[in-house]
Amino acid sequence: MTTDSWLTLAFYVLAFLLVVGALGVVLLPRIVHAALALVFFFFITSGVYVLLQAEFIAATQVIIYVGAITVLFLFAIMLTNRSYAPDSNPGNSQWMAAALVALVTAGILLATFLESALPVSNLATPGGVTDVTRTLGELLMGPFLLPFEAAGLLLLAAMIGAIVIARET
Amino acid sequence: MTITLTHFLVLSGIIFSIGLFGVLAKRNVVSILMSIEMMFNAVNITLVAFSRYLPVPASNSAARGLNGQVFALFIIAVAAAEAAVALAIILAVYRGRRTVSVEDVNLMKW
Repeated sequence: MTTDSWLTLAFYVLAFLLVVGALGVVLLPRIVHAALALVFFFFITSGVYVLLQAEFIAATQVIIYVGAITVLFLFAIMLTNRSYAPDSNPGNSQWMAAALVALVTAGILLATFLESALPVSNLATPGGVTDVTRTLGELLMGPFLLPFEAAGLLLLAAMIGAIVIARET
Repeated sequence: MTITLTHFLVLSGIIFSIGLFGVLAKRNVVSILMSIEMMFNAVNITLVAFSRYLPVPASNSAARGLNGQVFALFIIAVAAAEAAVALAIILAVYRGRRTVSVEDVNLMKW
């Protein structure tokens, strides 16, 4: 098999697993199982980033989403009640309307994506850049310095805010 | 057959719609937040795919081809902040009302 067909195979396997993980998060009846499906989903997303040659984003995905955010979710599930009940992840009475809205949104999105003729580069790497991680660092410390600092400030504010909100009064 | 930009866009459109369904159809607020995180990830996939496949305008340096990945990084940072604050709010609501069901938190409902 050529490299192209290997990549195609990898994409379809990852896409299938990603959709299965996403459906698991939405449909599993126990919320702990849904959270574990979310861990699986985040891992597979990281694989998609590797396929897109974004290795730094893939590593960030594993560290922040798989490592930090899902642990946060599991803590939230643990600290609220009835975590292990078989109906701890219930749907509401309007799930049919929700399914309709989701299907219509999917239809609009997919029609737009399939119809739009976007210009496509034939470069082997993103923008022809070979050392992606180094270039990302240079971008963050150069043209994106102000947003970078703002993101740091946002994280500090969110941390303090979370402590203040969740504190026992 | 090669994988094109459209493949990734369609994949992320499907994931986004599944996340939207979860946001609208779930009753447990933690579950709604998990669906929102899935929608964030779908958007990140589109941004990274654009960064991989779209050509860089001639007036820009080649490094600008990575703008999409920088955007994805910022989305990850904002999503982390959002998750921390939202889960703190959930804990505060749970402490006050002993419930995580959005249908029971209707103080501001008209």
